[in-house]
Amino acid sequence: MDFLQSIFEAVDSLTSNKLRSALTILGIVIGVGAVIAMLAIGRGAQNSITGSISSIGTNLLFVIPGGGEDIRNPRPLTLEDANALNDPLNAPAVLNAAPMLTSMAGITFGGESTRTQVAGVTAGYDNLRSLSVTEGQFISEENILGRAAVAVLGPDTATNLFGRSEGVTGETIRIDGQPFRVIGVLKAQGGSGFSNADDQIIVPLTTAQARLVRKSTRNAVDMILVQAASAEDVPVANEQVAEILRSRHRTPVGSDDFTVFTQQSFLDIAKTITGVLTIFLGGIAGISLLVGGIGIMNIMLVSVTERTREIGLRKAVGARKRDILIQFLTESALLSLVGGLIGIALGWGLSLLVGVIARASNADLNPSVSLDAILLATLFSAAVGLFFGLYPAKRAADLEPVEALRYE
Amino acid sequence: MADEWVIDAEGLTKVYQMGEIEVHALRGASLRVRRGEVVSIMGPSGSGKSTLMNLLGCLDHPTEGSYRLDGELVSDLRDDQLAAIRNRKVGFVFQSFNLLGRQTALTNVELPMRYAGMKTGRRQRATEALESVGLGDRLTHRPMELSGGQQQRVAIARALVNTPAIILADEPTGNLDSKSGEEIMRILLDLNRERGTTLVFVTHDPTIASRTQRIIRLHDGLVVQDGLPEPAAAGG
Repeated sequence: MDFLQSIFEAVDSLTSNKLRSALTILGIVIGVGAVIAMLAIGRGAQNSITGSISSIGTNLLFVIPGGGEDIRNPRPLTLEDANALNDPLNAPAVLNAAPMLTSMAGITFGGESTRTQVAGVTAGYDNLRSLSVTEGQFISEENILGRAAVAVLGPDTATNLFGRSEGVTGETIRIDGQPFRVIGVLKAQGGSGFSNADDQIIVPLTTAQARLVRKSTRNAVDMILVQAASAEDVPVANEQVAEILRSRHRTPVGSDDFTVFTQQSFLDIAKTITGVLTIFLGGIAGISLLVGGIGIMNIMLVSVTERTREIGLRKAVGARKRDILIQFLTESALLSLVGGLIGIALGWGLSLLVGVIARASNADLNPSVSLDAILLATLFSAAVGLFFGLYPAKRAADLEPVEALRYE
Repeated sequence: MADEWVIDAEGLTKVYQMGEIEVHALRGASLRVRRGEVVSIMGPSGSGKSTLMNLLGCLDHPTEGSYRLDGELVSDLRDDQLAAIRNRKVGFVFQSFNLLGRQTALTNVELPMRYAGMKTGRRQRATEALESVGLGDRLTHRPMELSGGQQQRVAIARALVNTPAIILADEPTGNLDSKSGEEIMRILLDLNRERGTTLVFVTHDPTIASRTQRIIRLHDGLVVQDGLPEPAAAGG
């Protein structure tokens, strides 16, 4: 039996009962469509989360005070710690270490008020976090030295206070009641979730120490942001930072009273979580594909029974088991292949739709249909067709010609 | 000369297991048919007629006994080998035609050639076969567009297209009116006369049997009579 003829015959036989074939295909269409859409949405979520983590900066390490649960009386991180990390002799892999103070504060301007995070930073923080200003300027070395009462606003904060994010430089706002002059507005980054860089106020570290954040230890900071010299240096920098802090805090190895996170570790965690999410969604969608496959098996079994006499006749004129097997497998494979192709289109459409809805509701989710998802769905649906087609086809092939010809 | 016999069956038995009961459909039937002969197998229902035809058509294995078809010992062959024998050496004409309903006359006739693995020239040979049964103008008609007699002629074209050693006709006129039935008989007998095709009719219709050269009568799974037809024979 030649291949093309088998295909023609299968098409002919399937189109002879269009409604039944269409309904059978529908099961596969929904299954494959769901798998494609779910994988695309999972991938979109992963992209947006890792994107927002990457937008924080490049090659960053975050050092915060406190170790594991059983570390008692952790020493706070201090400005001196940060300075030690900045020493290129001790920590050659560290490009820059920036101490930070953060606290939530009430902000007022005229009648407007809002509450947001205030970060006390040193000069150079803008480079570390890849921040830039749309107007005015960032905190400078003079501002730090002079403990100047100046502030840089995130664009969202500016909008909250002034109703606009332009032309606000030179205005005076009050942070926890104390007047600060606005010297710049940050460029919007569109970050979300993890930390919204668009809604914050940045002031000189020294000013924050003196006026906004009271610490029991002198020069204590909430976090030290460390930038490694390059992506390859991140693990080395991690090691060097830990070593310096251990010797400064006089803690033995294994009982650090500080914790270092790398940006990569955040990325890894986010990827793990979204990966599990994607597998979960895809798995549920896969179940519907399985149900579609059972639909194929069901219909093929009915078809074999209906065509028992035809099978008998074919055997009488010389069809071998293999010929009958191939005939019915071709039909079920064709059903699942067509269903798979339509399903890919459906899944693609669904993910586009989800993207449109997400954009309309301002969610940062852009589902992306990947080639491997398409390949996976195609292979899986073909496998489903073959697997669930095999049993009915085997049953047809194993019919005794005498019995089959006698069948009414 | 052994080659003279196209059918050479010796002591064929067939036992079916029907639940607890063993049914002895054939109890040692022996028969021989010469090349080019026209014979009919007759017998009342339950005589083992259908079972014998299934064995002669290589549709089934005998429980015991040997069967040579066209010089080949086929009684011990496996299923797929039997399929190949049916394909090359046996042409079937059934009472209910058994055509593929959605296929044209041409594709129906091509079917045995496709299973024979023939790639080219199928259409040509199918056309010739259909012309030889007088359906040259009905090539692309589907079975439901044809009369019963025409459908049976398509079936005959299908049976002869692989030039088989025998054509087995199981009540070939049973579903036809007398005029179409007569036409089918004439076509089959012409085939025998012109091409020397061996014909085996399985029937209980005495008028068909009377037109064959030899009648083999079965009773209770045994050949009870093998001889010339008697016009006066009352049939099965």
